[in-house]
Amino acid sequence: MTVPTITQSARPLSLPVNWWRRGGYLALGLYTAYALSTLEITWERILRGLPQGAKFLSRMWPPNFEPQKMELMRDGMIESIGIAILATFFGVLLSLPLGVLAARNLMPSAVSWTARAFIALLRSFNPLIVAILFVKAIGFGALAGILALIVGSLGFVSKLFAEAIEEMNLKQVEAVRATGASFMSVLIMGVLPQVLARFAGFSAYQLDSNLRNSTMVGIVGGGGIGAALFTATQRFDYDFMLTILLTIIGLIMISEIVSTQIRKLFQ
Amino acid sequence: MSTAPVSAGLAREWSRFTLAERLGRYAVYLLTIAAVVWAARSIEVIPEFLADAPAQTADLFRRMWPLDVAAYPKSIHDALIETLHIATLGTLLSLVFAVPVSLLAARNITKSRLLNLLATFILVSSRSVSSIIWALLFVAIFGPGALAGVLAIGVRSIGFVGKLLAEAIEETPTGPIEALTATGAPAASILAKGYWPSVEPSFWGVALFRWDINIRESAVLGLVGAGGIGVALDTALNTIDWPQVGMILAVIFAVVIATEIVTSSIRSRII
Amino acid sequence: MQNVTAPALRIEKLNKSYVAGKPVLHDISLDFASRGITAIIGPSGTGKSTLVRCINRLVTPTSGRILFGSTDITGLSGKNLRAVRRRIGMVHQEYSLVERLTVMENLLTGRLGYVPAWRAWLRRFPKQDIARAYELLDAVGLGDFANRRADQLSGGQRQRVGIARALMQQPDLLLADEPTSSLDPKTSVEIIELMAKLASARDIPVVINIHNVDLAKRFATRIIGMARGTVVFDGPPSALQDTHLADIYGGQSWIE
Repeated sequence: MTVPTITQSARPLSLPVNWWRRGGYLALGLYTAYALSTLEITWERILRGLPQGAKFLSRMWPPNFEPQKMELMRDGMIESIGIAILATFFGVLLSLPLGVLAARNLMPSAVSWTARAFIALLRSFNPLIVAILFVKAIGFGALAGILALIVGSLGFVSKLFAEAIEEMNLKQVEAVRATGASFMSVLIMGVLPQVLARFAGFSAYQLDSNLRNSTMVGIVGGGGIGAALFTATQRFDYDFMLTILLTIIGLIMISEIVSTQIRKLFQ
Repeated sequence: MSTAPVSAGLAREWSRFTLAERLGRYAVYLLTIAAVVWAARSIEVIPEFLADAPAQTADLFRRMWPLDVAAYPKSIHDALIETLHIATLGTLLSLVFAVPVSLLAARNITKSRLLNLLATFILVSSRSVSSIIWALLFVAIFGPGALAGVLAIGVRSIGFVGKLLAEAIEETPTGPIEALTATGAPAASILAKGYWPSVEPSFWGVALFRWDINIRESAVLGLVGAGGIGVALDTALNTIDWPQVGMILAVIFAVVIATEIVTSSIRSRII
Repeated sequence: MQNVTAPALRIEKLNKSYVAGKPVLHDISLDFASRGITAIIGPSGTGKSTLVRCINRLVTPTSGRILFGSTDITGLSGKNLRAVRRRIGMVHQEYSLVERLTVMENLLTGRLGYVPAWRAWLRRFPKQDIARAYELLDAVGLGDFANRRADQLSGGQRQRVGIARALMQQPDLLLADEPTSSLDPKTSVEIIELMAKLASARDIPVVINIHNVDLAKRFATRIIGMARGTVVFDGPPSALQDTHLADIYGGQSWIE
């Protein structure tokens, strides 16, 4: 009796089934059904909402251009832009020392790990939550919004800084250190020139991000156009809401373009 | 962004930065300073408040301690689960809709420039409006609750996922596509066997990445009534229950860390 | 199916210009029999690749006709074009396998012109296609490689998969566009040899675009020499003299 060759028995006439993948899709499907029922999201609710949505959309159009509303919006937008600029400026400035502290190739691990944990903490919270906290602490207004966005900027930019420092060429730094320079001098003459090239990129990106966030912090009292937007929704001023939305979208689109151009310029 | 050593950069600097670029950079520096000055002047910041801020903030945190751990099973746990559902369902929703839009936006698949533009416009608009504003919109249409939250997250994420997917599609190597075309395969089969294998790792990577971000974003949607832990936070804030606020923040922090750990371990296993 | 008396492939006054006024192919007229290996030689840029790619319409001719069997394929599109393409197998220069798929799955892509799309998506191909794939894998010497990912193979192995994939279509004609350019000399010989053997066993004609004249002379039954967009030599390898080569490639020095 001949022993079946290995090739014979290992030649199934269908492609091998990836059970992990099938299981994964099945699990996703089951989960979706389960979650939808838990949240009580049914077709009925969605269908009920659609005529409502149509009514809503019709009330949004045409957008509201009344003079006193426009002035309200103008003030709000100026405040939002201002918040974004100041938050980016100070946030990036403060990210310099924090990023240096978090760089594992410059600092002893105890320091860098603490700094990194702190940065992770800063990044964990949505800017809105941070804004609420500042509003409760120091009161309504742009200052709360600025501080909230500084926290967010710190969390993001200092991490990027730290990574840029860790990726840099150590030889330059050693050369400066070999001259007997103090730590600060080493920093300024050896580290910063290498890192600064990417600095502009981070800043531009963060400005764009802060512009988006600054339009929202007003919803919780942090100043800017968000407050006007929220009020418009509460008062069913949907046409004004559309005006504000369109302006915000326009602003963000411009900001994206400008930010990309700045990054290209400094590359 | 270039990571070339500085010495190489300096050696080439004279030919690298044209006059136009130099001027452009100076313009940016000047504009930055002008912008900061303008902003500082147009925003009303009362100096006393600024000086007071650190003390006030510290005081706030002091009031949150000790954390109201007992509140967790009562009011926080269910809201947390709801947040996770909102984030996950929203992400799944965005995947479903991002696929067709990204196919339209990918220039190697859709040849009509008009459709490319339309699809890109949809993706950009979805991204430009933050999820909380979408949430405001959907709460107005469908009423408060998780449905508005899921839609807000879903619609916002379409732009993010769709853009990265379109890029992945455009990066598919052309050789195999040509070979499959030469076998007489219909377009749907070419998508299945030519494009999808190349796009698939990016697809799941982007989905995971967006899910992570969406969990953070879902946490605050409740502030405008779209369900989830934001509602609990809103209530705690309104009743000025600081220990509970602190507990909720701690829970959010823990979830964010857990999600990061989960996504990075999944990512290292898949990719 | 093949008609023994009519040519399997007829090219009539084929012209192709990518830029108006600068034709890459100039009034090419050729008949291909339903057997044998035709090698097209010539310097790069002379339109060899364009000619071969016009046959399965990866390139659209500017004017002229191409008849495959009795069908004029020049102006076809959509379903009709696909129906013709699946009868023409092609081996590509850079193998063009789908890297992340296994060898078996790559082979099965050769059947995509014959199976409905849902089978491709659900990965459920007919059993006889899979059985045929195993036969071809054995025939090209890769019997144990069915479940290896394509990106784990060497260049020569990938091209064997490419040949097998083309033959999975059960084509009436086999095209090859510089199939050995990315391979070392020894592997190149193996590949051309393999194509010749498998094609003659299945009784199908082969048209190869190749720049290695020695390989062409060794394996081809007919050589077409192209220069400056036209045919300057058409005959058996034995008739190919140095003077012809000089005409095709220009200059004597490289022949040494």
